[in-house]
Amino acid sequence: MLRIEYLYALIAVLLACTAIYNLRERRYTIAAFWLILGVPFAFGDAILAATRAGSAWPAQAAGAAVIALGLLAAGGRLSAEPDSAEAAARRRVCADRLGNRLFWPALAIPLLTLLLFFGGGHLSWNGRPLLDPKALTLSALAIASLIALAAALRVTRAAPLEALGEGRRLIDALGWAVLLPMVLATLGGVFAATGVGGAVADLIGRVIPTDNRYACLLAFALGMVFFTVVMGNAFAAFPVMMAGIGLPLLIHRHGADPAILGAVGMLTGYCGTLLTPMAANFNIVPAVLLELPDQHAVIRAQAGTALPLMVFNVVLMAWLVFP
Amino acid sequence: MPESTVVNYWPLLGIAVVVAGFALRRNPVLVVVIAGIVSGLAAGFGPGELLGVLGTAFVENRALLMFLLTLPAIGLLERYGLRERARDWIAGFRGMNLSRFQIAYLAVRQLTSMAGLTHVAGHAQTVRPLAAPMSEAAAERELGPLTPAERDRVRATTAATDNIGLFFGEDVFVAIGAVLLIQGFFARNGIVLEPLTIALWALPTALAAFAIHATRLWLFRRALRRGRQTAGAADAAD
Repeated sequence: MLRIEYLYALIAVLLACTAIYNLRERRYTIAAFWLILGVPFAFGDAILAATRAGSAWPAQAAGAAVIALGLLAAGGRLSAEPDSAEAAARRRVCADRLGNRLFWPALAIPLLTLLLFFGGGHLSWNGRPLLDPKALTLSALAIASLIALAAALRVTRAAPLEALGEGRRLIDALGWAVLLPMVLATLGGVFAATGVGGAVADLIGRVIPTDNRYACLLAFALGMVFFTVVMGNAFAAFPVMMAGIGLPLLIHRHGADPAILGAVGMLTGYCGTLLTPMAANFNIVPAVLLELPDQHAVIRAQAGTALPLMVFNVVLMAWLVFP
Repeated sequence: MPESTVVNYWPLLGIAVVVAGFALRRNPVLVVVIAGIVSGLAAGFGPGELLGVLGTAFVENRALLMFLLTLPAIGLLERYGLRERARDWIAGFRGMNLSRFQIAYLAVRQLTSMAGLTHVAGHAQTVRPLAAPMSEAAAERELGPLTPAERDRVRATTAATDNIGLFFGEDVFVAIGAVLLIQGFFARNGIVLEPLTIALWALPTALAAFAIHATRLWLFRRALRRGRQTAGAADAAD
């Protein structure tokens, strides 16, 4: 079986190559950053297996790596290389020469992901599934990317090293923004382990007028948005606010419908995701990828949709959720 | 919550660290790492235990970077003129304009997410190489060459459209993280729900998100055109 671990190992190789490019240019901080980030991808499974087997040091070393990455990130800046006129002219010539053939490898990524997602579960080798059934989407995306790369090399007749260099250029442009979702998810794990959710729930229960169901609902909705903004992820906010207000007050005390409260409450959190730089993969990464001078430009473009939608969600819940 | 348990409020300092770091505009990665350390120490974790929790959680979330594998192919195609070609292609469409293209992209992104195909599109996979240059070309069909400020707004709006389509489509799909997370939370607390019921209640918001954002995209195109007209009038008055 093509285990998802092998695909993670490829990411480790890609990160190591990016580090080597930077080393050769004497950019030591960013080189160290990519090299360390490669470690959980190269040894991720081994680290988790060691933890299960009772050996603590590999996970602790990974924890030390997280701290090192945080310190290295603080020294880095996000910037895209300025485009040169000759590169633009060269692209123009290539675009006219290659025409629509350029589209196929690019479209192969979404189309093959789709195909492998639906068909990949049936592929087997010697009676064993070819793709990891527990990580089908991610395997599909990774394999689609590799096939697209082969197709792109064929269409452009470029040397494979050129593709590596271009990948490195984009990874370098992303810089620390690439890491933020991972450390935020890590923070979510730490918060869960340290009982932050329970403490928040306890505190909110003391502050709001719990007899008024609309006050509880408003506190729930705004809490979802606030925690999503802080944690960059509605998934982290949901258990906290549900355990704190949703379940004890809205559902048990005021008889709210759990399906509506859960679904619309989560989507209210998503409105917070549209507003926060902490959701770097959605809000900061595209600003870097699109070479926007204002890192918050995407958030600005989203606020006008997020705020009315938040109001819509609160009104919808107030209208439907109570019996 | 039973009266006998004493709640330890100190781990909440981690949230305060995130808010303070954000207000002071420190590097978010560093802020988040420090918040984790503070929260762990406040909860009474020893250094070894804390490092272990940090490391395990970090490794468990490495799937978030799988999209890096798309970058060599995308970067190579861009070097050979993919974005230029995408622009030409849209510019050749009769009747194409900025809001039509962006609303169509929103609809496709939302519908594919509803089918669970969240990784089909994205900022690295489709927005940078295809959707952003196509939006620019669609705008240029009406307005001619864009100023840098206009171009940046068009790009930011395209990225926003991708996010909104993704977020408010994926919750309608049964087998995706959000629905299963909600269902799992309730199941642990003794409330049994069918994932489909939860997914269906995501529909009204999905429709509202489409209506609100599509309206804004339409207004955005109008605002760009009006901006040009007033700029043109000002030039003529000089």
